[in-house]
Amino acid sequence: MDEHLKIELGKQGIVVTTLQELYNWGRRNSIWPMQFGLACCAIEMIATTMARFDMARFGAEVFRPSPRQADLMIISGTVTKKMAPQVVRLYNQMAEPRYVIAMGACAISGGPFKQGYNVLKGIDRYIPVDVHIPGCPPRPEALLEAFMALQKKIDAQPLTGAGRPRFLDSEARGEFPIPVPGEHDLEPASNRGVWPVEIETGTKGPRD
Amino acid sequence: MSSGVQTKPEQLEGWNRPPVIAPEGEGELLEVAMGPHHPSTHGVFRMDVTLDGERVIGLKPVFGYLHRNHEKIAEQTSYLASMPYTDRLDYFCSLTNNWAYALAVEKLAGLDAPERAQYIRVILAELTRIQNHASAVGFLLQDMGASGTPLMYAFREREKILDLFEQLTGARMMCNFMRFGGCRVDATAGWLDGARKMVAGLPNFVDEFEALLSTNEILMARTQGVGVLKPDLAVNTGVSGPMLRASGVDYDLRKVDHYGIYDRFQFRVPLGEHGDIYDRYMVRVLEMRESIRILEQALKDVPAGPVMDPKAKSRGFRPKPGEAYGRIEAPKGELGFYLISDGTPNPYRYRVRPPSLINLTILEDMCLGHDVADVVLIFGSVDIVLGEVDR
Repeated sequence: MDEHLKIELGKQGIVVTTLQELYNWGRRNSIWPMQFGLACCAIEMIATTMARFDMARFGAEVFRPSPRQADLMIISGTVTKKMAPQVVRLYNQMAEPRYVIAMGACAISGGPFKQGYNVLKGIDRYIPVDVHIPGCPPRPEALLEAFMALQKKIDAQPLTGAGRPRFLDSEARGEFPIPVPGEHDLEPASNRGVWPVEIETGTKGPRD
Repeated sequence: MSSGVQTKPEQLEGWNRPPVIAPEGEGELLEVAMGPHHPSTHGVFRMDVTLDGERVIGLKPVFGYLHRNHEKIAEQTSYLASMPYTDRLDYFCSLTNNWAYALAVEKLAGLDAPERAQYIRVILAELTRIQNHASAVGFLLQDMGASGTPLMYAFREREKILDLFEQLTGARMMCNFMRFGGCRVDATAGWLDGARKMVAGLPNFVDEFEALLSTNEILMARTQGVGVLKPDLAVNTGVSGPMLRASGVDYDLRKVDHYGIYDRFQFRVPLGEHGDIYDRYMVRVLEMRESIRILEQALKDVPAGPVMDPKAKSRGFRPKPGEAYGRIEAPKGELGFYLISDGTPNPYRYRVRPPSLINLTILEDMCLGHDVADVVLIFGSVDIVLGEVDR
């Protein structure tokens, strides 16, 4: 539609939009994160919700403790091998549409604790991550930036055709297998299709 | 589920354990796993609570969900490279963690921080204590259902303190500032002025905080007489910090150990009387006031001079074989680092004495007999950080 005509109609009090725009506008401005802190980054996440940085400006101040009521999971901190099954389980319990922000170096790759025997080297081995934020810990501004990146991503999602959100795609996977502690590592070492490169269990890499 | 609940066979004097009354008839006990994902567990901690109705008759803490191999990694890296890892132990108080570790290594290597560095350390440690106690009280009130407001007041003040940290060290939370034999950089005159201005505003904040909370009816009703910790049990289990002092035991390492330059400052050690949650809250508020007093005295006359011991080497640091234990009064209690050197660049053994973990060991004894809603409060009043509990 012609932009000038749209503005002209707007002056008359008539709003013209597409269903997709309206739908995505509503979705991106009411992301409810899950109240789920893992480690150090959680404190910066809390600082982001407080008065100075005020995540409410993005419609995301309603932190819900229950995964059933949350749209966004912020993996805020180190995921250990003891905690990883719980993280995947919580992700499975969230209702679509759901998004994941991996906050900080630990959630992305294990970060400074990567050499540890008990630290998962990146949560994106098990669940799909939408936005990664580097930093140790990332500043609250960085979390807000990630929020804006997520909002842009939601805004750009068409409702039909390729690239539509997972919840509108009947073929898309809803549940992800929960890893269990194996002999040497969690099994499976990664969920098929989530991590770009398949990791075989029992590989003897120095960092795995 | 069986109704056979066992009490501990031998009971210590002052053991705060109410008699367990077996449920009548075929009463069924309920086991609830609180956590690791629970809004009140301050991270990833699990409490397996055994309930008879609403009453807690057993509590089993399960931790290790944030075990990040801190000690093992530290034994594989050089002494200095462990400094950033100590930031991530108790991530609220990175500067006091730095200090405790630096103190242990200084003992090991025979270094001594110069006068000006000592002053800067005290200033930073007391600022850390204020923001930790403010946040701890905020989180306690959050657990009580005062959703947001007290925590917002606390974080407003915390942000001001973090700004000071950031100006000096370059990071808000993970400061990585202390070095063996001093501090990494010197504080400028402008920073000290900023700190003075900030500290001048702090008494107002504590007054406001107290006006909001101290005589609040709900807070008093929920906390007074709940989660009582008897002084002899506290001493027997090695509890330290505000938890211990709330039970009435006069033990503050700043007075006992005379580390740093705390001898030069006038301050009192607030003590509790009943050892309940309210006393722990009150001790923290009063400690904030005493910290402000220390800060005012320390900021008045910061001497000029270097901030690093000239003997300190930043490269090729190899302390002589031996062992050392450095401890300070961290905001949560006695934080100690035990190091054994074998003359190589890495410590042979590196051990943290975490106040959070040891203060947590008496959780079950404080919770027994109370309602499940009080468990959340008692747990919140211990003031733990999971990074330090699991390491």
